[in-house]
Amino acid sequence: MRLGLMTVKTGPLASGGIDMERALIQYLKEKNYALAGRKVELFVGDSGGVPAQSRTKTQELVERDRIQVMIGPLDTASALATDDYIRSQQLLTLSVAAAEDMTQRKPNPWFTRGTSTSSQCSMPLADYCAKTLKMKRMVVIADDIAYGHEMCAGFMRVFEDNGGKVVQRMFPPLTVPDYGTYLAQLKTNVDGIFLGFAGSNGFRFLRQMNEYGLIKKVTPVGGMTALDEAVLRNMGDEALGIVTSCWYSADIENAINKRFVANFRADWSYDPGFYAAATYTEAAVLDATLQQLKGKVEDKAAFMKAVRSIKVDTCRGPVQFDQYGNVVGNIYIRKVVRKFGRLVNEVIHTYPNVSQFWTYKPDEFLKNPVYSRDFPPYKNLES
Amino acid sequence: MRWGVLLAALVALPFLAGEYYINLTSQIFIFAIFAASINLLLGYGGLPTLGHSAYMGLAAYISALAALKLGWPHWAAAPAALLGTVLVAGAFGLIALRATGLGFLMLTLALSQVLWGTAYRWVSMTDGDNGLRGLSRPFQIDGATPFYFFALAVTVFSLWMMARYVGSPLGAALKGTRDQARRMSALGHDVWLIRWVTFVYAAFWGAVSGLLFVYYHKYIHPISLSLQSSAEGLLAVIAGGSGTLAGPLVGAAIVMLLKNWASAYIERWNMLLGFVFVFIVVFMPEGVVPGVKRLWLRFRSRA
Amino acid sequence: MRIANLTHGALFMLGAYLGVSILKRVPDLWLAAALAGAAVAVFGFFLERFILRKLGGNVLGQVLVTLGVSFIIADLCLIVWGGDPIPIPTPGWLQQPLRLFGLVFPAYRLAVVVIAVIAAVGLYVLIERTRLGAMIRAGVDDMDMARAVGIPVSRLFTTVFCLGAALAGAGGVIGGPIMSAYPGLDADMLPLALIVVILGGVGSLLGAFVGAFITGFVYTFGVALLPDLAYVILFLPMILVIAFRPRGLFGKFAA
Repeated sequence: MRLGLMTVKTGPLASGGIDMERALIQYLKEKNYALAGRKVELFVGDSGGVPAQSRTKTQELVERDRIQVMIGPLDTASALATDDYIRSQQLLTLSVAAAEDMTQRKPNPWFTRGTSTSSQCSMPLADYCAKTLKMKRMVVIADDIAYGHEMCAGFMRVFEDNGGKVVQRMFPPLTVPDYGTYLAQLKTNVDGIFLGFAGSNGFRFLRQMNEYGLIKKVTPVGGMTALDEAVLRNMGDEALGIVTSCWYSADIENAINKRFVANFRADWSYDPGFYAAATYTEAAVLDATLQQLKGKVEDKAAFMKAVRSIKVDTCRGPVQFDQYGNVVGNIYIRKVVRKFGRLVNEVIHTYPNVSQFWTYKPDEFLKNPVYSRDFPPYKNLES
Repeated sequence: MRWGVLLAALVALPFLAGEYYINLTSQIFIFAIFAASINLLLGYGGLPTLGHSAYMGLAAYISALAALKLGWPHWAAAPAALLGTVLVAGAFGLIALRATGLGFLMLTLALSQVLWGTAYRWVSMTDGDNGLRGLSRPFQIDGATPFYFFALAVTVFSLWMMARYVGSPLGAALKGTRDQARRMSALGHDVWLIRWVTFVYAAFWGAVSGLLFVYYHKYIHPISLSLQSSAEGLLAVIAGGSGTLAGPLVGAAIVMLLKNWASAYIERWNMLLGFVFVFIVVFMPEGVVPGVKRLWLRFRSRA
Repeated sequence: MRIANLTHGALFMLGAYLGVSILKRVPDLWLAAALAGAAVAVFGFFLERFILRKLGGNVLGQVLVTLGVSFIIADLCLIVWGGDPIPIPTPGWLQQPLRLFGLVFPAYRLAVVVIAVIAAVGLYVLIERTRLGAMIRAGVDDMDMARAVGIPVSRLFTTVFCLGAALAGAGGVIGGPIMSAYPGLDADMLPLALIVVILGGVGSLLGAFVGAFITGFVYTFGVALLPDLAYVILFLPMILVIAFRPRGLFGKFAA
């Protein structure tokens, strides 16, 4: 069976992409490169984070290497760029990327996602902030990309439905080197600030927040990539106590995860985070689906049907999929603590069986436009 | 004679090679037009432009938006894209041509960054970082081979038109302004006008490559307007040999092959790309085509 | 020196990464900055002596080579230091914010401002008021005559290039506590440097200083007032100035 991994190994997204490859290879090694009785050949493509390149590389994997299943891509824009190709080629895709509409209003029948949509993790966090942390007024800040907008929109909606108010929002450009301007405008008469950053921006923002003396005044809470394990290992005490939400933590206490983390750490000397767990999870999903099909990956329609019907225990806990191909699973609220001499995201609360629609009814959810900068509209902004 | 052989080989390719290689060659065609249009400015005009991807991207976006927002069919959207890009290029040319050399380079970069930033932030129009998708190809040429022949035809036509320009009296005047601007001015030529017309003409063919690009990928994203894209085009021209007709084609092939094909075998292909360009500039500063010609002549004269 | 050098951003990044490694052995930020600057200067020496010197006057060749070298450096950094951003710790005594007139200023950033002013003044004195500076200026204005008078122009140019590289490398370390070292740092810094130089005018230190101020102020305030035009605002001052005055504000020659 020929498996393709579409990832990013050069450029700014490289560290996540390299983790994706490492974790996938680890899973395959554990199974001796055989899933459901079939030998697996792995082909890896590097898109460099450029969507058109991602599409070209996917074509290469399909047309030259004849892959049957693709894990990835990593980033939202690449998933959107490859959407029509996946449809026309009927390429079985297990995605890491969060592009919401691909499993909502414009569902791609060959596309499933085992990680999370952008807002799937921010909505439970808003619930936690309102109900448990008892926050009433918050600021949201995220990178100025679709991923950031979707996360903040979801957060704001749930927070305000629970009686809170989002009084300020900021979307700095993705590659701004210095957050000084934004920190200077930050309102301090609020309870907390939600960080919807990706990559290294979250950690840079926190450091600068610390330098401006703001961390004690405004409590930061983070989205699923703000304080990922990859970034956390380079941080110091300024990260202690920060609450984030994600569908994974290296701290999760189940047998599969303990083994995963121990082996990953032994090989690479750092804890697996979002991206590593993503491919490890997708590999487990693939494995379980193939078991159900008795190894017959050639029947594509059957594969898609099987994927939507299985329940698998993975490193992130139990997962299953909704009718649109998106995962339903646990979302963890985590807090940064020092354990074993290093910083870890300790799990302090679990929301089980969270779908991409949170507590909203799917039909109503889908009648609204996709989450963006302007929807749902921010009604409580103060100038 | 040599062109005829090349053309015959290209026509035969789809019958000999697999789908992957056909698609790869289509992409080389698109990039070749882009590189050749940069060459008009850089090689024949002596004006280093680092913002040419703006025209490629702008045409692609106009075509995509016309189809998605206005529902225009391709025979209306394409001319609109070309016209819109040419108008913008005319305006940009007025600004950029206030300087030459490094100043011109920076201005072209700045102007293209302005367009890039607009594509990124004007989310209501362009959907920003998500890009625009759900596009179609004209004449329904969805297969690899039909698109290939379409692209080949457009490429041959474009290169022929650019060659005609260079070979014309206007082209000769352009080369004159590259080599001896002051003398040309003293002879009564309007140096600025020659450059501006070339700027717009080059942008036009950049726009053509942009249309082919969006037809091929059926997707457009702001990164196609970025410095990265412009730099790749510039590299292709200089690597192949600026100031020659074949140079940009060879350069485009080199860059595309390195990016798409070598990257499958060599993990550090980015660095390889860097080394290749340093090598070419130091040992074959006129580019691969003249450099190879030179070495070939030397070899022949020894024999 | 009229060299179109697009490697400068990569030299800054290289300095930052070297600083990260040096800081593991030598915990003093300033010493690390000096050492990193020296190391990058050595690199700059090889770049100028063996590659750039062959391309005098060939702007396009310089652009391409320096771009190619920047790819190489960027990839090397990725191999050696990996893809994750690495923070550089702020020196302890500068970590607390300063409270002046009821406003809060991060102490380290103020320190950087002070260093920048010292460096600018130092460079100005070097170029304008020393014999060495006079020789350099002579070499730039008229290379052949300077040589005829016995000034070792080539050696001087190499020295100046190394100085520029050293400043970039040290700057990478000094900027580290604010920016950290990460892949893509070179692409973020280079446009800023080029804008400042072109806006201020090629060949003028005063121009670079003024250009930096203008760009910095316009960008920072512009981003706060008109966040949607963030990318446009960065380039706007330069476009406006060059459109009306192709030499830049204080330029000695058109770029």
